[in-house]
Amino acid sequence: MIGFVLRRLLLGLMVALTVMTLAFVLTRLSGDLAISIAGPQATQADLDIIRKAYGLDRPQYVQFLDWVWRAIQGDFGQSYFFKDSVANLIAKRMPITLTLGLVGLSLALIVSIPLGIMAALRENSWIDRGVTVVTMLGQAIPSFWLSLMLMIYLGLHLGLLPISGTGTWQHLVMPGIVLAFTAIPALTRLTRSGMIEAMASDYIRTARAKGLSRWSIVFKHALRNAAIPVVAIAAVQLGFMLGGSIVIETVFALHGVGYLAWESIGKNDFPVVQAVVMILSIIYIGLTLFADILNAVLDPRLRSA
Amino acid sequence: MSALLEVEDLEVSFGGRTAAVRGASFKVERGQTHCIVGESGCGKSVTALAIMNLLAKGGKRTAKRIALGGQDLQPLSDREMSKIRGNKMAMIFQEPMTSLNPAYTVGSQMSEVMRRHKGSTRTQALDRAVELMTRVGITAPDLRLGQFPHQLSGGLRQRVMIAMALMCDPELLVADEPTTALDVTVQAQILRLLAGIQREMGLAILLITHDLGVVARIADQVSVMYAGEVVERAPAAELFSVPQHPYTRGLLNCVPIPGKVRRDQPLGSIPGVVPTIQPGFTGCAFRSRCSYAEASCASSITRRKATQTHDYLCRLAPGELGNSDLAERQPA
Amino acid sequence: MSNPVVVLPAAAARIGTLGFAAGVIIVSVIAAAAIFGNALISHDPFVQDLGKRLVPPFWMEGNRPEHLLGTDQLGRDYLARLVYGARISLMIGILTVITSGLIGTTLGVIGGYFGGRVDDCVLFAITCRLSIPVVLVALAVVGLMGSSLTLVVLTLGLLLWDRFAVVARSTTMQVRSLDYVSAAWCAGASTFHVLTREILPNIASHLAVVGTLEMALAILLEAALSFLGLGVPPPLPSWGLMIAEGKDYMFFSAWVIMIPGAALFTLILGINLVGDGLRNLLGTEKSR
Repeated sequence: MIGFVLRRLLLGLMVALTVMTLAFVLTRLSGDLAISIAGPQATQADLDIIRKAYGLDRPQYVQFLDWVWRAIQGDFGQSYFFKDSVANLIAKRMPITLTLGLVGLSLALIVSIPLGIMAALRENSWIDRGVTVVTMLGQAIPSFWLSLMLMIYLGLHLGLLPISGTGTWQHLVMPGIVLAFTAIPALTRLTRSGMIEAMASDYIRTARAKGLSRWSIVFKHALRNAAIPVVAIAAVQLGFMLGGSIVIETVFALHGVGYLAWESIGKNDFPVVQAVVMILSIIYIGLTLFADILNAVLDPRLRSA
Repeated sequence: MSALLEVEDLEVSFGGRTAAVRGASFKVERGQTHCIVGESGCGKSVTALAIMNLLAKGGKRTAKRIALGGQDLQPLSDREMSKIRGNKMAMIFQEPMTSLNPAYTVGSQMSEVMRRHKGSTRTQALDRAVELMTRVGITAPDLRLGQFPHQLSGGLRQRVMIAMALMCDPELLVADEPTTALDVTVQAQILRLLAGIQREMGLAILLITHDLGVVARIADQVSVMYAGEVVERAPAAELFSVPQHPYTRGLLNCVPIPGKVRRDQPLGSIPGVVPTIQPGFTGCAFRSRCSYAEASCASSITRRKATQTHDYLCRLAPGELGNSDLAERQPA
Repeated sequence: MSNPVVVLPAAAARIGTLGFAAGVIIVSVIAAAAIFGNALISHDPFVQDLGKRLVPPFWMEGNRPEHLLGTDQLGRDYLARLVYGARISLMIGILTVITSGLIGTTLGVIGGYFGGRVDDCVLFAITCRLSIPVVLVALAVVGLMGSSLTLVVLTLGLLLWDRFAVVARSTTMQVRSLDYVSAAWCAGASTFHVLTREILPNIASHLAVVGTLEMALAILLEAALSFLGLGVPPPLPSWGLMIAEGKDYMFFSAWVIMIPGAALFTLILGINLVGDGLRNLLGTEKSR
């Protein structure tokens, strides 16, 4: 088990480094950074000063290594436009994004798992078909459009929730619903197929032969096995949600990391963009590792060497 | 005294198309082992599942009577039936490798039966589990309680299944090919174990098998099934010495006896394959493979009695089959 | 179970094929509209008419018969823009899928076929790709290099190849061990031949399923990018852009965002139905 974790950590590290390289290259795509910072009116003298100040006159690989070295220590540099260190900026916004992600995931699980179980227990019935239809529809709705519609109907017409901004928990409800929507189709399908497979298995036949109650058979025996891949995928889904939250945060004006990235792109604030890409990747890598560990914990067969 | 398990005219069909069991009747007496023997596809496993009401989706059963200890099981709802399953009647299956839940320990899976049906505490149930595991020959039972199924070998798992089935002291044990998936040496051990438990606990066993060797070892009564029907019923000794049905005869012919089989003689076999029966089929299902078949076999066959305890489904009169070469085939 | 809930396998199968048929119809209609639509509609999607701004569609009052779906905030005919937008969505979808399909399939087949170190590299590449926050990176690229149709296609194409690679790799691994591949090797076929003539045709159907689903994803992503202003540049009427432009008026004239949104929804649904239907068709073949 320890060996497994170590190997995955090493792999994660290599992936992180690769992604960091990509993030670095990404920000250099637009050409000369000094020009972007200084603006179109800058003179050559201005550009030289800026280059020196931001260390942009050094060779690229030096800049890269310097960035990596500092990043490991938690120093992501200074934002070009916000008067703050990048690390501070991200730290301030991260809780919101994380909370949003967890809210979204929780809502998704609360909906998907019961739906999936219901559909599986009544396989091929109208209920099952209904659930399939609902997941199909859910997959087709663009998240930003759904956000707008919720704003119109829940926010304006019914006056239930604030339309945008940050602050109270109510501000997280609509964004959370939209985020949940992106994950529900996949999680429902996974739960359903897992439960169908579990209920058809030999050990469930044994459980029925033992005269166990229906509740015990479905939840204690079948779900326990069917849930293993669902839980692991859910962890990975959280990673996707955190990465994809940029759209939702922007629409709802939620001041999370995604919104920060959005603002930074608009302002060509490269250190922030680089850092956000890197951090989201690392979180994703961490979540996949976590998902693997969860798998091993939940499935006794994976535990023994 | 009436039999413990009475099954009369059991019919099972799937999806309204395939008639898996077409009118099976047999009785299992208290403290006796009744074997249902037949090839794959003859409906013997389905019969066992139907009795327990464990048929897969799409399976429909009807019967004149299915009674356990005098109580009719048919009108019971699934919930009421679940109180009897694992309690008064228990079942073990063919594949011990997949029949236990991989996510729970042996101890937890064994104890939950007793806690469910007898309301025992966890400790009481675990104690009984240890007691039974010892009885079925599992070493270090305390250790096994905390182990997971994947940590046990196939033979060990089957013993766990047997012990688990005995937790609530059932009157009837239904065993669906319990030794088929095991090594030959382990098979013999398990059979000996079952016979021993039967003697000690007065347990009645309904054992499904395709292996005549198993029947020879352990059966008191035998029902031979073919294409969904019970074609012959007899006490074991009589079945082996004076089989009346051509199919039974054919089955016995297929078993080569070391020393008695001659080198230039082909091994016995029954030509053809087991047919799938559609609803509405009449007559003898075996007629396409039977050397004694006549035109009358296409219309319905009456059940004949060879003795008080031996009946069969064929147009041939008792003794007409002849048994000259069967004298050598008595079970050891 | 003694009381099974009514099982309707035949009905379910019918509905499955119904879904597939519906999907095919939807996609065909939209494709036809995209190809021929602007020839049939008299209005030009780019011509502004500030005197006729925000005219409602035909089912609301205040509508004008010559603008069936009304006009947008700059007086441009909505239906014409919608139809043109279909062309953009479908084009981006197809081009992106071709790009990502090429990249992903090549990687997946090479990894699955050669195994060993090569496969490790491919898996590593896939893992790296999965770790990248796609929307963010796409936004950043477009934001830093300026919006254009080509850039959007390229970016999405370079980002959305992962599922192709995964499916291509696993199916290649399955097919590789089959007898007809061995037979080809024995006959002295070159690696290239085996890859293109033996392996590819047999994984093509699975890739087709992935292709439809990825196309839907590409269209959704492009819409999201355009919605945020970092996708297809205006005045090209990408549906996402239309929704963004309509956002300012949505509280009073909800139809401004409803119509392009509904169009997006319908197209994505249609493509997903086709993809699922294809998958079911293949699934039933495989189980035989």
